[in-house]
Amino acid sequence: MANIKTISYDAIVIGGGGAGMRAALQLTQSGVNTACVTKVFPTRSHTVSAQGGITCAIASADPNDDWRWHMYDTVKGSDYIADQDAVEYMCSVGPQAVFELEHMGLPFSRTEQGRIYQRPFGGQSKGPDDPTQAARTCAAADRTGHALLHTLYQANLKGGTTFLNEWYAVDLVKNSKNDVVGVVAIEIETGEVAYIKSKATVLATGGAGRIYASTTNALINTGDGIGMALRAGFPMQDMEMWQFHPTGIYGAGTLVTEGCRGEGGYLINSEGERFMERYAPNAKDLAGRDVVARAMVVEILEGRGCGPEKDHVLLKLDHLGEETLNLRLPGICELSRTFAHVDPVKEPVPVVPTCHYMMGGIPTTVGGQALSQDENGKDVVIEGLFACGEAACVSVHGANRLGGNSLLDLVVFGRAAGLYIEERLRDGFETTAATDAEIERSMARLKRLNNAREGESVAEVRKDLQNCMQLYFGVFRDGDSMAEGLKKLDAIGERVRNTRLTDTSQAFNTARIEALELDNLYEVAYATAISAFERKESRGAHARNDFTERDDENWLKHSVYFPLEKRLGKRDVNFAPKTVDTFQPKVRTY
Amino acid sequence: MLVSLYRYNPETDNAPYMQDIELDIPKGKDLMVLDILNLLKEKDPSIAYRRSCREGVCGSDGMNMNGKNGLGCITPMSEVVKHDKLVLRPLPGLPVIRDLVVDMSIFYKQYESIQPYLINDEPAPAIERLQSPEDREKLDGLYECILCACCSTACPSFWWNPDKFVGPAGLLQAYRFLADTRDTAQAERLSNLDDPFSVFRCRGIMNCVSVCPKGLNPTRAIGHIRNLLLQRAT
Repeated sequence: MANIKTISYDAIVIGGGGAGMRAALQLTQSGVNTACVTKVFPTRSHTVSAQGGITCAIASADPNDDWRWHMYDTVKGSDYIADQDAVEYMCSVGPQAVFELEHMGLPFSRTEQGRIYQRPFGGQSKGPDDPTQAARTCAAADRTGHALLHTLYQANLKGGTTFLNEWYAVDLVKNSKNDVVGVVAIEIETGEVAYIKSKATVLATGGAGRIYASTTNALINTGDGIGMALRAGFPMQDMEMWQFHPTGIYGAGTLVTEGCRGEGGYLINSEGERFMERYAPNAKDLAGRDVVARAMVVEILEGRGCGPEKDHVLLKLDHLGEETLNLRLPGICELSRTFAHVDPVKEPVPVVPTCHYMMGGIPTTVGGQALSQDENGKDVVIEGLFACGEAACVSVHGANRLGGNSLLDLVVFGRAAGLYIEERLRDGFETTAATDAEIERSMARLKRLNNAREGESVAEVRKDLQNCMQLYFGVFRDGDSMAEGLKKLDAIGERVRNTRLTDTSQAFNTARIEALELDNLYEVAYATAISAFERKESRGAHARNDFTERDDENWLKHSVYFPLEKRLGKRDVNFAPKTVDTFQPKVRTY
Repeated sequence: MLVSLYRYNPETDNAPYMQDIELDIPKGKDLMVLDILNLLKEKDPSIAYRRSCREGVCGSDGMNMNGKNGLGCITPMSEVVKHDKLVLRPLPGLPVIRDLVVDMSIFYKQYESIQPYLINDEPAPAIERLQSPEDREKLDGLYECILCACCSTACPSFWWNPDKFVGPAGLLQAYRFLADTRDTAQAERLSNLDDPFSVFRCRGIMNCVSVCPKGLNPTRAIGHIRNLLLQRAT
């Protein structure tokens, strides 16, 4: 064996957020020898920050609600590049997955009938023929992510899941057949490096919002799984699709939920005008997030922004009354007082579109099986590798995710990955062991860093990377400026490969972790930049000044980024749901 | 401003020490304590602390700031800095791994000891279990705990008997499940707590209440558990 400790499991899940813990729970409950490997204690994962809720047709607010309406909204919200078989699966299995969470103890808010409380969220309708605003987002006040994450941790404690808490996965280990057979990881507390061997490796490492300077994402959202997969040579799908959430608190970037607008809040410009009435006459403030975010930027660019710099707009909530705000949006009141120094009961909250969610990621099947393409563009399975949650692109969000669909995505597809892996293992799935040299190869990056006394400062390079992405690959994009951004990224890449590590100690060395995270941020940023540059149309969250229209003839497709050639290919979108008719692409209006 | 920072690296230091660092604070900004740590770390990457959400919901960056426990990310300078000085120490009473990073094993162990999950032996219905808004309201002020350990590490009873006294965080969660109308294990839960240490080491000094960054009240929850235990005994 290589000169490091080996620990063996049948399945490992990298990431202890909602997707990772739902997958780990499923696997543990079915008797698979599983470990959940997580760089932070599980309840510190970013799922904890989700606020508004989990969208699902459980027919509480409306007894006639139908998962097909949810499916329609999701497909339309995606600007028609979500895979319809995957959306069908999510929306139809969703109620069961949500009821399971309730049975585990999730403290949902309640209706007078004792059922789960549902609130209106953006992009919700009552189907293709009825644009009436639906209320489909199941909520635990405005702390749904916190309640969900803690409930899943508790269920895993009850189920006896093995956790490797504060272990940092460095790189995937591949065998001679290019199958994934585990990861090299560092136990952060001791600095010890180990090979965690596994037949099934699930990447549930969440998003990478930290590639942008202004983001709602936690500091830990550095795209570690995406970075590992790209370095292993595996492709990424739809990486140009980044959601900018309309209501990040101005200055701080912290999120205030879309539920604020669901409960009746609305946006105003410097003239006090409710401007969304102009951009989306029907849905107004509850149009798709991409639509609202762009409208806000246009208002600011046309000089109707608020504040001395005219660089943000205001979210008005005070008309909802203190009682509703305290009952339905207590966390928002807290965050606004802390980070915006305003009391929403009395004054509006300054907000600005802020990077929030990565629609793209590792292409997978509904069962979480990671996919690549052969030379003819046909899907091929990456044996041993799976993904779920924000790190995966199954794809249920396409070019724009609807609010409340991320929590549903992570429980439905965390669960689905667990079910599928269990089945594979039961069928006797075996892999070829990696040789010492193959394990060593996955330690190359760590070795380079451990010996780099001289070089670039991680903090400085990270800042330059984030500013570059913010400037050239933000809400509005343009070919010329992206070409310039790509040049800058190339130069930043040289510096990323030359970072220094001055602190070589073993115990809880966060400098080492941050340097390794920077490599991942760069991989994600570069994939984003190439994909954004090559997709020559505007669709969903990807808005180009030089190609302002949606181009279904050429781009009703997933983009697929191949890291070894730095090339962008295409992949067919699935338009063949199993039990309902296809939703045909239409002009998307709200 | 002067930051006096607790430093300890087990590989190089025989004992912990306080490092005084002068820091220029950008004018007109009321930075959070976590922002200050991030600025210091840019200059000296060897400084170790935990952080994640930076908005007070993940519970990573519990620490002791000028003598009081709290979360670095939602504690503004204006609230904590006295005489242009900020003293940062790890949460008291837990073993220090490095700098501000403490070993939270015993804290988590106490949390696990109260069976922090819903127990209901009856078969689950095809939809959710029903619960009235009034019954659900009983969980408010309990379920919001973020396991930051600010309360338990401000509690002398926990310092003294961290292995036997569950501590305010664990007891708050114990009551969260005792109060949940969907839970059927109340008797078993109370039996697990019915000893001289688990609950009754609380002396009601309310340090937990005064430091909780989420504004929760573990002392009140402990009072409710005491009442349930006493009712059961009589």
